[in-house]
Amino acid sequence: MHDLSEALGTAAWLILSLDRDLIEIVSLSLRVSLTAVAVAALIGLPIAGALALSRFFGRTVVLSGLNALMGLPPVVVGLFLYLMFSRSGPLGALGLLFTPTAMIAAQVLLIVPIIAALGRQVIEDLWADLGEQLRSFGARRRQAIGTLLWEGRLALLTVVLAGFGRASAEVGAVMIVGGNIDHVTRVMTTAIALETSKGNLSLAMGLGLVLMTLSLIVNGGAFVLQNAARRRSGG
Amino acid sequence: MTVRNLIGLVAVALAITAATPAAGAADRYITLASTTSTDNSGLFDAILPRFEAATGIAVRVVAVGTGQALRLAERGDADVLFVHHRPSEEAFVAAGYGVERFDIMYNDFVIVGPTADPAGIVGLGDAAAALRRIAAAGALFASRGDDSGTHKKERSLWQAAGIDPAAHSGAWYRETGSGMGATLNTAAALDAYALTDRGTWISFNNKAGLALQVEGDPRLFNQYGVILVNPARHPHVKAADGQALIDWLRSAAGQAAIGEFRIAGERLFTPNAAD
Repeated sequence: MHDLSEALGTAAWLILSLDRDLIEIVSLSLRVSLTAVAVAALIGLPIAGALALSRFFGRTVVLSGLNALMGLPPVVVGLFLYLMFSRSGPLGALGLLFTPTAMIAAQVLLIVPIIAALGRQVIEDLWADLGEQLRSFGARRRQAIGTLLWEGRLALLTVVLAGFGRASAEVGAVMIVGGNIDHVTRVMTTAIALETSKGNLSLAMGLGLVLMTLSLIVNGGAFVLQNAARRRSGG
Repeated sequence: MTVRNLIGLVAVALAITAATPAAGAADRYITLASTTSTDNSGLFDAILPRFEAATGIAVRVVAVGTGQALRLAERGDADVLFVHHRPSEEAFVAAGYGVERFDIMYNDFVIVGPTADPAGIVGLGDAAAALRRIAAAGALFASRGDDSGTHKKERSLWQAAGIDPAAHSGAWYRETGSGMGATLNTAAALDAYALTDRGTWISFNNKAGLALQVEGDPRLFNQYGVILVNPARHPHVKAADGQALIDWLRSAAGQAAIGEFRIAGERLFTPNAAD
């Protein structure tokens, strides 16, 4: 119990004192994960819409595959991208290894399947409700997908948040492609792993509490957003 | 506040976070592949700012096990290699991956274990004899199991003791497959013995029921070496700036910085570039 109360004290102190290193680490974490979520949403949501509205041979296999990819192990994604971005790898000339960009790429790979798979379900349900109507207006498929994405935006926000949760919580991929370099690629999760390995358990736990607080703020903000939107649409 | 306003706000926040460069991301930098034992002890935090002040070159440290550091450097993902397993380092240079190897500093390995000392090794000056007693007692031993410099050293000590611990893996011999600190955390939790470099041990903050038990065997000597990754093999290697770091580490200023680094009054590394 002593360790945990010490961790709580450390977390409070880190936040209240506006520790410079902490602010740097937190802003990099947010920058990497929010960018990754935005990119992944741009890729994943259209895929979700297309899959929801198409019927083709082997669709079940594709959907099962996509669902399985939601459980992609971060360390495998990290290793794959390391081999791609390494100077001896096919994309080595770009010099992206050990940069925030490589970390964003890793998180995008991790969360596109989540957004595509969960989003597909949301849009498919919506299509069941609105499909008849949209068809009667003679909407083309691309228009229909656009309409469904807009109509389903509140439910899809939750899907995107699930992606953000995964991105901000993972450590395996960003550790490998980022290298946990101080002031360059150190984010919350790699800092926690580092402090644990130094035996600074209460500092590590304190950082963990800060990360959870951050996640709570992001999710709380999204909740407020959803509520405001519902009230506005009179729902 | 309308939804559109909120979305706009989120978009602006996103744009700002995406546009802000990471603080301290200097334009001129080199990448140093090194070991957890040097980085976790705080040595680099203490000495590298002096190098940066003197030369304007920032050093980005990627701290992994010696085995992984060697692999990183072989693939050209670092400019300079700073590790502690001489045979691997010499093989690295001989294979053409590195230019030349230089001694920089040393410390030593120690065997730590539970204060109850079930194998009765406290005070032994012979590391191999200590390992034999641990094996005979079947006392828990936490190994790095990660092909790091410390793990390589540990295996050579078992060999000297005439014991194949791999045959007991999962029984009393526990391979954590992780870094030095993580392995010490495991040893502390299991009341197990472990081999660690002295620097990590001194700076480690979760010693719990562990204590230093065996030291002073000449076989526990731990030499650190530095190598410039061969620009002939990897043309993008920042050879001039990498060489500047090596020159500085070997200079009087660099050697003094290493010698002055202390934790709780204890010197962690002894500079020996001139030897």
